[in-house]
Amino acid sequence: MSSRGSNPAHPSSGALPASRSERESTKGRTLHADPNAARVGDEAGASESHAKMRTHALSAYFGAAQVLRSIDLSIAEKRVTAVIGPSGCGKSTFIRCLNRMHEVGPGARAQGHVLLDEQDIYHASVDVVRVRRRVGMVFQKPNPFPTMSIRDNVLAGLKLNGLRVADPSSVVEQALRQVALWDELKDVLSRQGTSLSGGQQQRLCIARCLALEPEVLLMDEPCSSLDPIATARVEELMHALRKNYTIVIVTHNMQQAARVADFTAFFYMGQLVEHDRTDVIFTRPKERRTEDYITGRFG
Amino acid sequence: MAQHRTRLVVDFCVRALCLLATLLALLPLVSVLGYVVVRGAGGLSWAFLTELPKPLGEAGGGMANAIQGTLRLVLIAALLAIPAGVLSGVYLAEFKHTRFAKLARFCADVMSGIPSITVGLFVYGLVVTATRHFSALAGGLSLGFLMLPSVARTTEEFVKLVPESLREAALGLGASAWRTTLWVLLRTAAPGIAVGIMLAVARVAGETAPLLFTAFNNRFWSESVNEPTASLPVAIYTYAVSPYDEWHRQAWAAALVLILVVLLLNLSARLVVGRKVRL
Repeated sequence: MSSRGSNPAHPSSGALPASRSERESTKGRTLHADPNAARVGDEAGASESHAKMRTHALSAYFGAAQVLRSIDLSIAEKRVTAVIGPSGCGKSTFIRCLNRMHEVGPGARAQGHVLLDEQDIYHASVDVVRVRRRVGMVFQKPNPFPTMSIRDNVLAGLKLNGLRVADPSSVVEQALRQVALWDELKDVLSRQGTSLSGGQQQRLCIARCLALEPEVLLMDEPCSSLDPIATARVEELMHALRKNYTIVIVTHNMQQAARVADFTAFFYMGQLVEHDRTDVIFTRPKERRTEDYITGRFG
Repeated sequence: MAQHRTRLVVDFCVRALCLLATLLALLPLVSVLGYVVVRGAGGLSWAFLTELPKPLGEAGGGMANAIQGTLRLVLIAALLAIPAGVLSGVYLAEFKHTRFAKLARFCADVMSGIPSITVGLFVYGLVVTATRHFSALAGGLSLGFLMLPSVARTTEEFVKLVPESLREAALGLGASAWRTTLWVLLRTAAPGIAVGIMLAVARVAGETAPLLFTAFNNRFWSESVNEPTASLPVAIYTYAVSPYDEWHRQAWAAALVLILVVLLLNLSARLVVGRKVRL
């Protein structure tokens, strides 16, 4: 992927090669866009893969309003799990519970258990900061730190954790390579993070997350503010990252879920309706409500 | 068609009115500045900036002690008010819904409305009567009191302006609350806070009333912060109400110096912090 990102004709300009290589990659993508074809090899592995995270009777509230009702869900290790459902069904709240970001908002609280490697992250003895370091999060809108350069944005997670970095340059290079930004940006690392295009910003935010070497990556509608080209790049990236990371993605876009996810969970009105392999959910769902939703019969 | 024409006319009129209002608002500013420059430039010289005042009747002399005094007073005020103001501003922004924050915000608003001479009187009672002498410290303290509410409130406003998404980004990366506040919120709000501080400094640098019975005045160098000190505003006042033409000339020159000092402080702060960092 990184080799496709390079463009020797424009070594110093970030924007131009980005858009060009993004276009190339979308072309490449449409060739193998059939999600089932891409996942044939995974089906055997999926059954073997153990649960990296599990929720048990997880409920979440905003003040008096209950937004999640006793969710039991397993998240397979080194797989992509998509969470779909109509607006307000609690899917964002759900993944925000997975790294205890839900409780940051005023009046928000969660109940029940979330196990990360069989350890309850809601246990009183658990340090929230450590949980968030292991379970990284990418948000709906790209949010690079505006006061920092591209380089400092990548290192921000380490610095904010007070960690000393032996070789910051190699951390930056490695993280940016993982998100296929290195070749586009290696000459402009001192530019402000917010000077990039939306798609690049989002990939920078993913790199910022990866620099901390999390085990799980939560993505809350990471493509909702991106154009189709940038979306394709992020999806391609997810595909590459699932080798090393457990990924949970919330998406409104069912085609996206079908393209990127090994497993899909359908949420409706705060409840988990169905959770299965993506091809099962999209071709022969067990629940009527799932079928209605994915076929667009929902009001 | 007729409607279109009406709209154009209305548009033109409103635009013209806006322009006129802006010019009117600029008029006093420009005329004050212009008048001070015209009257003050003549009295300005190297000696004026570097020498002590001459005894009455002798020509020449300068106001070096008052320039030093003003810088010293503003420095004391800033040292007292900026840390306290910025930290309480952060508190007001971060715990905005707590009862104590609401009370503190209300107090800050009331405090910024207190006439400056009252603050001077308060410090007179608090410090000057206790130590039994006027001092730069007392003067700086009263200026600090005047700065405090405005620094706190502008800090609060600018910290509140930092988008919630940045706080989430930091927390999501596993940053602790205090690191998030320090490295993300304060750093993002820094240019705005700096402008707020500069406005507060500019305001207190020109304050005269609270200095009259705290820092008092001094015709010589003040050796320490425990001594009465001269300051530009008090010097302007003393010289301007005197009956001597030479002193009037010097008062104008001092006014010009005061404006330049504030301008210089302002510009340097902008240069230091304002490097195209935006919210």
